[in-house]
Formats: sequence, structure tokens, C-alpha cells
Amino acid sequence: MPQQVTRLAVVFGILILALVLARSQLVPKTFGQAGHYRAAAVTEIAAAKIHYAGHEACAACHEDIAKTRSAGRHRNVACEVCHGPAADHVAAPTDVHPSAPKQRGRCPQCHGYDSARPTGFPQIDPVTHNPVRPCISCHQPHAPETPREPEACGACHGSIARTHAVSAHALIGCTRCHETDRRHKTTPLLIRPSKPASRAFCAGCHARDAGSPKEIPRVDVTTHGERYVCWQCHYPHFPEAK
Amino acid sequence: MKDADSDSIEDRRTFLQKALPAPVALLSLLQGQDRKAESKEESEPAYNPAEHYYGMGIDPGLCIGCGRCAEACKAENDVPREPFYFRTWIERYVVQTSGETVVTSPDGGIAGFSPVAEADVLRTFFVPKLCNHCANAPCVQVCPVGATFITPDGVVLVDKDYCIGCRYCIQACPYGARFLHPVTLTAEKCTFCYHRLVKGLVPACVEVCPTQARIFGDLRQRRSPLHRFMRFNKIQVLKPHLNAEPKVFYANLDGEVK
Repeated sequence: MPQQVTRLAVVFGILILALVLARSQLVPKTFGQAGHYRAAAVTEIAAAKIHYAGHEACAACHEDIAKTRSAGRHRNVACEVCHGPAADHVAAPTDVHPSAPKQRGRCPQCHGYDSARPTGFPQIDPVTHNPVRPCISCHQPHAPETPREPEACGACHGSIARTHAVSAHALIGCTRCHETDRRHKTTPLLIRPSKPASRAFCAGCHARDAGSPKEIPRVDVTTHGERYVCWQCHYPHFPEAK
Repeated sequence: MKDADSDSIEDRRTFLQKALPAPVALLSLLQGQDRKAESKEESEPAYNPAEHYYGMGIDPGLCIGCGRCAEACKAENDVPREPFYFRTWIERYVVQTSGETVVTSPDGGIAGFSPVAEADVLRTFFVPKLCNHCANAPCVQVCPVGATFITPDGVVLVDKDYCIGCRYCIQACPYGARFLHPVTLTAEKCTFCYHRLVKGLVPACVEVCPTQARIFGDLRQRRSPLHRFMRFNKIQVLKPHLNAEPKVFYANLDGEVK
């Protein structure tokens, strides 16, 4: 073999060996085991500390409260939503105590009125709803109930009540159009009030031949928008016709 | 002469044949030992990633925008408290009668939202957002060093010891779900609370959601709550045209949500 080829082969051999050695030192040991990443990273991430213990951990000791909660409306609200992360308390129950929010500011985080919240979710106006008093002086947070049945519909349906109060329909009470079972006040989402099901209901006042006061707007109910119930086009809480 | 020469050639050949693979064999032997040692460590917990394939369901119709999920996420994962680092956050959409849509997320929704003027509102609702843990993740494709990856159970993770902080993944994520950690200067994102999953717990945001607007579970198991969620709702994902195959599924999503 020519001398230059031998020398070149030696140089290449050393380079390849250096590459293999450098790779073995620089590439992490577990890289490529499970894919194009360091497999040990998964174990490291999985070993991170837990802060939220989970409601099952709370129920293991606080059986009485867990029982109360499981029967009430907050049955799906986990303990740590209000009391904060409690894994340290589970690890050392006598040394670390989770907070118990008693101030008025906390409950409106969920129950303050916001029109973006889903219809039917219990909401109050924190400014006008029994100002200053902490919520827990009337409501039991583990199984909340309204302290007494709401007297007026506006207690829950504030937005509608405010609109209705300045409309041409202001003098018509809610129950004139909505048949409302008494149980709606205690289980509002299960028992729902009715809505007028036919055009004949509105026609009672607004038909051409209705025996109502003269200033009430009239339409020919046989030809006017015949495929719809009136409230599908007109908003009865604030009717636009004068 | 001839015999002696061929002998020496023969010797050189056998020497090379024996000597060349030796360092390679030595290396593989060393690596093999490491592998054995690690597999022993890994076999201790009962968690087997191959048995799971995770996803999340979100029902914006149930979200009350209380921000408890964003708060719990920060507490559980030690996310920086500054109001622009989030692994999950809530957006409020206000579709106005003029047709314009205003999206706000002050401090990720942790401290709540200021009331909207009701007069101009056509409809308004909250949408929780987080990393979509895409099966065809753009962030994983662009990582130049293999510091972000998809685990066998379908979770996209970041190896913070291997990340070089180049920010390519932050640019590539179509959902804005990543940020650069201000102290470690590495990419950060939602892990589906991987450290909780391996212990049989649900992610912190799912644990604290008071209205069950977030559903977590296994996509391949019929008895998982997520499977039920996907059977009984009309499902949409965010930005489906990007073909990233996201695994956060939204029920009855409004067309304005991007």
C-alpha cells in the first residue's frame, strides 16, 4: 500500500475515534432511547412536587364536611378551589393549615354578575347585595342554599328586571306571561318557567279585535309573521313598538 | 519472501478485524450497563405510558370565567406570577352588534373581568385556553436540539435541561401556548400536569374547575369521561386547517373563537 494512503487512513481512523468518543461523552445517555429526546427528562418532569392534593385526599380526614358537600350545590366544587393548594397540609396536617376565605371578596369571583357567564348560573351584584356583610353570615359555603326564597324574580334575573322596568310592558308582572312553579325558586335549573307557546297569547292584547285599551299597538295576527311565535322576533321585556 | 509477505498481510487483517470494533463494543457495553441501571429505576412506579393517550375536553358553555384554573396552574407548576406568563388562561369574547369581536384576557383572567357594557353586546362568553398537545406538533418539528417532544401517552413536554432557549417553538406554536421562562431562559408550557398524571391525579386546572367546564381523560378508553364528552357533544378543535391534530377538544364552539 502506498505510504500516503496509510497515513491518511491513520488520520481518518483517529478522527473517527475522536468523533465516537466525543459523541459518547456529549450526547446525554438516555437520548434517543424512546425517540429524538432525552428519555430521562420524562422521569424528571414526572418527579415534580404536587401542590394540589385533590378532593379525595381532603375527604379521607374531613368526612363530615365531604358528606355535607356531596349533598349540596357545591358538590362538584373541589375543596382546593376555595381553600387553596393543600398538599403540604396533607403531608403535615398539624403544621400547615390551608386558608379559609371568609372575606366578602372571594365568592363574587364566581358569583358576581357578568353577562358572559352562562344563563342560569347564580349571580349577584356585589355592590347592592347585602353590602359589607360577609357572604358566609347568610350562606353555608359547603352546602349553600338561599337563606330564604327570593321574593321577586329580579333577585336572580336582575338584567331582565332592569330592562323590563323601563319598557312599555313595565306594568305587566312576570307571572302574567311565565307560568312559574313554586319549586323554580329552590331548584331553578330543574323546574323552569314557561314561555307563551302560541301567538294567541299576545293576540289577547294586540289583535285587532282584542278588548284591550286603545293605546296598545295592534296587528293582524292572521297575516303578521304567521310562522313565528311573537317573541321570536319581538323582545317582550323591551318591546320596540310604541 | 512471498509467503512471509502474505503472512504479514494476513496478520494485519486479523488484527484490524479484532481491534477496530473493540472501542465500539466497549462503548455499547458501557451504554448497555447504563440502560440496565435506568430501566431498573423506571420499573419502580406502576405507571405505564403506553396504556394511556391523553386529551382534554372544554365546554365553553359551562365556563364562568372565575380564573381558578389559571390560578391553580400557576400555583401547581410554579409559573412566574407576572401577568404575561401563562400555561393556561381564559379569554372573554364579546361579539358586538356592530359585528366586531373584542377578546380580552386581563392577567389571564386570574383576577376576573371588568363588566361589559350590555347595550352593544350581541353575545358574550368565556373560552379557556392552554397547550393543545398536538399529535402533529409544530413546536416539536422546529426544535433544533430535540428538547421538546411527544411522550407515548400523547403529552408534549419540554426538557428544560436540554433546551437552548432559541424560541423557535414559541414562534411555531399556532396557539400562543409557549413562553420563555424569565429565570431559566428556556421554553415553558402546559404539561397536562404530567407529574400528577403519573400519580393517577387529574391536572390542577381540571381539579379546581367548579363547573366541570374542563374534562380530562383517555382518548382511547371508552370508559373515560373524555370519551363520553366526545360522544355527547359536537366537537371542534382550534385552527383545524393547520393540520396540527390538536388534542384539546371544544364542545359547541362559537365561530368567532380563533
